[in-house]
Amino acid sequence: MRKTSYKLKTPLTIEKVKKLRVGDRVRISGTIYTARDASHKRLMAALKKKSLPIPIRDQILYYTGPTPVRPGKVIGSAGPTTSFRMDPYTIPLLKKGLRGMIGKGERSQKVREAMKRHQAIYFAAPGGCGALLSRYIKEAKVIAYPDLGPEAIYRLEIEDFPVIVAIDSEGKSLFRRE
Amino acid sequence: MRRIGPERIRDVVAQLCIEANYQLPKEVIQALRKARRRENSSLGREVLDQLIENARIAEEGVYPLCQDTGMVEVFLEIGERIRIEDLEEAVQEGVRKGYRKGYLRKSIVSPLNRKNTKNNTPAIIHTKIVKGERLKIIVFIKGFGSENVSATGMLLPSQGREGVVEFVLEKVREAGADPCPPIVVGVGIGGTLEKSSLLAKEALLRPLGRHHAKKEIRSLEKELLKKINGLGIGPSGLGGKITSLAVHIETFPTHIAGLPVAVNINCHALRYARKII
Repeated sequence: MRKTSYKLKTPLTIEKVKKLRVGDRVRISGTIYTARDASHKRLMAALKKKSLPIPIRDQILYYTGPTPVRPGKVIGSAGPTTSFRMDPYTIPLLKKGLRGMIGKGERSQKVREAMKRHQAIYFAAPGGCGALLSRYIKEAKVIAYPDLGPEAIYRLEIEDFPVIVAIDSEGKSLFRRE
Repeated sequence: MRRIGPERIRDVVAQLCIEANYQLPKEVIQALRKARRRENSSLGREVLDQLIENARIAEEGVYPLCQDTGMVEVFLEIGERIRIEDLEEAVQEGVRKGYRKGYLRKSIVSPLNRKNTKNNTPAIIHTKIVKGERLKIIVFIKGFGSENVSATGMLLPSQGREGVVEFVLEKVREAGADPCPPIVVGVGIGGTLEKSSLLAKEALLRPLGRHHAKKEIRSLEKELLKKINGLGIGPSGLGGKITSLAVHIETFPTHIAGLPVAVNINCHALRYARKII
């Protein structure tokens, strides 16, 4: 496995994605959006009405539901949740130009194939490191579905957020499964 | 009769909810350090370093160990000479208080309409009446990345020990990277459907890495740990030889026609806290 380290800035264009290969260490800076189970369900309904509350093209979705923020802090713990639960909602978002996802664990074959078709990338963040990862989040604001509490969509400003390329735009996956 | 007031129980439960969510038990940190020394994949070692650093940050008391602050299970061992009033409500109130004061995520919803209860209750309470006049409270925080990949199987007697090994390995292999490895594996063998599941959960609460007292079970624990670590899933599922920190098994007699087996998987953050009143 090659061991390349990159610094990446959002938005994530196809040209940036094409350079990345499975196993690359990447530090991401810029704007990303959170979404998990309940907010993905709402995004699907919003897609049908053509009224998405966030930009999707060349953006990154981070699968997380943070803990409540303490006074004077930016956010609570905010590590990745299991990504495959979002698989049923992912392909329509890829069709709309979603370029990157951050989560933990393997994705379905269908999602991997769609990622290849639409030139998208999937990053793994270290699972179970919610406290550690909070330190790379510099700003956080709920921008859609506040009634969903921890499942609301947050816009995050991140700096050098540490991830590994887990599935690249050629559909190659880092996870070892028979 | 010794009396323990509901306020005392509420406050202890609240405190234990906070402690479990911010402080990894010493034995878990030791196991992660040991895993760090033994792991030969460099990516695996990087992940283990991050997990150890994460635990250090959480211990400062600002950021919980994980954003999934779990569903709460409370195990109570109640001395038969204690008088307690409003036990159920005292425990639930303790969980509400702990999750509010500790800035912990409220993750509990009604199962079908998915409406959040907004205070992380109800907690699941298991009680056992024991001798004496002490009350032991164990708060166990169960995240669902790992609970989702747990399973119970009603094996047949003909499948025997070999069938149990196969079942456990199959579940761990299927779980892959999802439960945040290195995992702790609790296995319950025997009883009925729910008894085996409860045994598996109780097995997770045994101090990490302490083997079962019975030689037959101890050797099965060692065999399973070796085979699980041979699967190559590794820390965070990125490959490596440390997939599991420990396998704990509990058993109970069962029916001549059956062999229930439950596998309860836990992430590296085995979050429990206990207190005796």
